Amino acid sequence: MEIIITRVQELLATEFGGEAVIAVEDAGLQPALVIHREELAAVCLFLRDHEETYFDFLSCISAVDNGTESGSFSVVYHLASIPYRHQLTLKVTLENDRGLDNLPVVPTVTNVWRTADWHEREAFDLMGIYFDGHPDLRRILLPEDWEGYPLRKDYEEAETYHGIAIK
Amino acid sequence: MALQLSDAPPYQEAQRAHEARLAAIGAEEMVINMGPQHPSTHGVLRLQLITDGEIVKEVIPHVGYLHRCFEKHAESMNYGKTIPFTDRMDYLASMNNSHAFVMGVERMLGIDQKIPKRIEYIRVLVCELNRIASHLIAIGTYGIDIGAFTPFMWCFRDREHIMNMLEWASGSRMLYNYIWIGGLFYDLPVGFEERCSEFIRYFKPKLHELDELLTANQIFISRTANIGPLPADVAINYGCSGPMLRASGIKWDLRRVDEYSVYPELEFDIPTGKGEMGRIGDCWDRFKVRVDEIKESVRIIEQCLERLAGALKRTVDFDPRALVPKKVNLKTQDYYVRAENPKGELGFYFVTQDKTDIPKRVKARGPSFHNLSVLPELAKGVLIADLVAILGSIDIVLGEVDR
Repeated sequence: MEIIITRVQELLATEFGGEAVIAVEDAGLQPALVIHREELAAVCLFLRDHEETYFDFLSCISAVDNGTESGSFSVVYHLASIPYRHQLTLKVTLENDRGLDNLPVVPTVTNVWRTADWHEREAFDLMGIYFDGHPDLRRILLPEDWEGYPLRKDYEEAETYHGIAIK
Repeated sequence: MALQLSDAPPYQEAQRAHEARLAAIGAEEMVINMGPQHPSTHGVLRLQLITDGEIVKEVIPHVGYLHRCFEKHAESMNYGKTIPFTDRMDYLASMNNSHAFVMGVERMLGIDQKIPKRIEYIRVLVCELNRIASHLIAIGTYGIDIGAFTPFMWCFRDREHIMNMLEWASGSRMLYNYIWIGGLFYDLPVGFEERCSEFIRYFKPKLHELDELLTANQIFISRTANIGPLPADVAINYGCSGPMLRASGIKWDLRRVDEYSVYPELEFDIPTGKGEMGRIGDCWDRFKVRVDEIKESVRIIEQCLERLAGALKRTVDFDPRALVPKKVNLKTQDYYVRAENPKGELGFYFVTQDKTDIPKRVKARGPSFHNLSVLPELAKGVLIADLVAILGSIDIVLGEVDR
């Protein structure tokens, strides 16, 4: 599974130039490609349809808070290919000031994999990532009038909910 | 970024559009709420149906009623303490959940190859027992959804034997906390192998009976065949996995694809949907794949028992906790582990941090969550009664959808 990452990098370099892949993280057990935010949707579509990669299955989208001091979020995409049986990890890093009216923005991949719909709604709901172009970006697990994004490291629980003390 | 009105709260456009959509429903359409307390939703799922007479035009699922903040909890305690929380995700298959979680931590620690064979075989044995129990519930409750009550009682009767056995091993009936990082809570109790073989001898004819009662039942077939067919490409695009995906004809089982634990040493087949009664990927196929998977699990259990009673027999000095780490010390890394749950691909994504045994982020990818997300696609233009049949064939557990 690790052999493929250099090949994917080559393919992306020929298709998108040097810009799309910012870095390769190969220190851990699963190597990952850090993708430029603007190119993400195009890269995903390319990887899904290219005959050598064919990543037709999106396993997981995880939003990660990199900590209050770093001031950035990551969105991690785990792709899998059913015919080739290989896996790939893509990452996007988003710099943000953590303001509740200034969410980090990343392009949606719902046009590439429909399963991204609920993944992205969950990431929006719990981590406050805004997926630009998503057809129906409502909260999914929490009530629609919830305030704040609970999986953020600086989240503080509300004192009351609908006038009821909950602390 | 989408346009925002200056006085409206930000990032609420989709919510307002949703409310406006429901407010603009015409006179010939009607909005019906199915759930959260509807028996056929298998838990607290709420479906908003936009109907035209008996025809469902659109389904809007609302989930989250059972949200218990698994991911937030997991960020506040060490890896070992999180295992009981994973049990409560898919509470019908707790062993499989903790197996996946434990496997991920073990691989990050680098001890996954050092686990003794006896421990791995016990893990597979209890996971497959749990898989049978989970599929029995799926089949039994599916019978109820369609109007057959007897299979439900039969399935629960046989499941009870499995529950009793797993209770004997772990001390708990449903939420086991049995599989630990690096080992097991305890070795199997003395006599477990014999009792389990006895159960398998009892269960095989019962399974045949169940098969005859439901699978070839004409009433059952007319309620399920050709209902809600899910084409393979749609299933993949929606991230469906497990029996959902296999019923659509794709031979995709992570036990074979990833070859984790001792599955490469075991013989079993991967049943797929063939459209015997109707079309490939219809409700009947999804049901049939589960029945066939029970048969395969029985095969796996027999092989495990043979080895556990033979070559890997228990010894006096065998300690299933010998490799359990006192503290899980991981360097900063991230890892996505996936395993085949009864419902499909269960994944955990870990982001670890240095100098502490508390993870920075744990994301759980529940198979039911994604299998359910295909429902609006499947339910376009079906009858309300067929919607119940489709929902039952997806086999969701709301504990895992909402986590």
